[in-house]
Amino acid sequence: MLKAFYHLLARDLRLAFRSRHELANPLIFFVLVVTLFPLAVSPSAEVLRVMAPGVIWVSALLSVLLSLDRLFKQDYEDGSLDQLMLSPNPLVILVLAKVCAHWLLTGLPLVLVAPLLGMFMYVPDEAVGVLMLSLLLGTPVLSLVGAIGVSLTVAVNRGGVLLSLIILPLYIPVLIFGANAVDVASDGMSVRGQMLFLGAVLALALSLAPLATAVALRITASR
Amino acid sequence: MFKKIWAWIQKFSSPKHFYRISGKMIPWFAVPAIVLGVYALYMGLFVAPTDYQQGESYRIIFIHVPAAWMSMFIYMVMAVSAGIGLIWQIKLADMIAAASAPIGAWFAFLALVTGSLWGKPMWGAYWVWDARLTSELILLFLYFGYMALQSAIEDQRTADKASGLLAIVGVVNIPIIHYSVEWWNTLHQGATVAKFDKPSMHIDMLIPLLLMAIAAKLFYAAIVLIRARNEVLYRERNRQWVKELVEKL
Repeated sequence: MLKAFYHLLARDLRLAFRSRHELANPLIFFVLVVTLFPLAVSPSAEVLRVMAPGVIWVSALLSVLLSLDRLFKQDYEDGSLDQLMLSPNPLVILVLAKVCAHWLLTGLPLVLVAPLLGMFMYVPDEAVGVLMLSLLLGTPVLSLVGAIGVSLTVAVNRGGVLLSLIILPLYIPVLIFGANAVDVASDGMSVRGQMLFLGAVLALALSLAPLATAVALRITASR
Repeated sequence: MFKKIWAWIQKFSSPKHFYRISGKMIPWFAVPAIVLGVYALYMGLFVAPTDYQQGESYRIIFIHVPAAWMSMFIYMVMAVSAGIGLIWQIKLADMIAAASAPIGAWFAFLALVTGSLWGKPMWGAYWVWDARLTSELILLFLYFGYMALQSAIEDQRTADKASGLLAIVGVVNIPIIHYSVEWWNTLHQGATVAKFDKPSMHIDMLIPLLLMAIAAKLFYAAIVLIRARNEVLYRERNRQWVKELVEKL
């Protein structure tokens, strides 16, 4: 079982690294969207500092949302998803492997590039660590919950807008607490509560979302 | 014993049987809903005392609060019946879930509109990003997502199952939405009805409000049966009994 997890994870990573340019796209999108705000609103430090947590978090949300497509779509189209569902290994474990790969390829880069965006948006130095930590706890939830949405819409043609309609409302709690943590940290206060909440949501999503995703795949992707 | 109950459930939940029974049940919900609703509205709008702080404009709560309650209640009904449909493969439960969604969405919309109309004299703006209005808006989005998924998948069984699963996932979010009231406390007044030991609401206001809530539940029961009947007829349109029914008209 662990072996299957490991192999599927390795396969997804290997496939992704074979098309490196695609790999960078969500990351570039993330930086690009954040860059739009100083241009659209104002380049002044006071304004940007106030908006920074929200802008960075919303951009991260959208970036993950756009990248969700590659989680199951290609496997569905070339038939390897059917093979995965036929495999004797529990589908939950395989789903978890795919979600892990997705997070390593999209969520983790967002966390790593966050300090740069913090600099763009004048996030105070002491809050940058909190920004990274909140993204580190929050982006896996985005991948996990997103997987449910993708698996529900995988068979729908042009399901992109539908996917965001389904998934964005479910992202709201993470957005609230993630952005709020950075906001509070910028004022130099403790963010223990927000971090504990994000951790709790991560634990909840980690234990339930793969189950829901596996059930959803059995419903929608079986032909 | 269990087998008997199961057989009874299967008999009742067969579309044809449901169609016959529900036709007889509708008036039993619709008539009390109208009578009670008119009475409660009269009590609320004309008899209940004027609020000493909010004046007459508080009276919109007799619509607003039941609508908000119903929007949450219907989502629960939807998720529970979707769960029943998923687990026990009862088609009728799926139809109830599908029939409930638009009603719930309209209640959520009504709660939002009345809330913002109340907000204009109270807060001086039609929209304030207050916790409860916001979570009501999120609830409306959850309904939209459910309905969008339901209509995007062509195969009816798959659509039922997929959107049913989405409803169940959404239910996990409902407590979070509810407790967001306590998480970000903003401009809205604190809960005034739930405190049963010492209600901060005058009893002459409370009674019409509760009657209105019951009327709303009855109204929902009547409407959901009507909608589910339509759903049954549509989905069973190629069956013999539906054809016979149509020929009789």
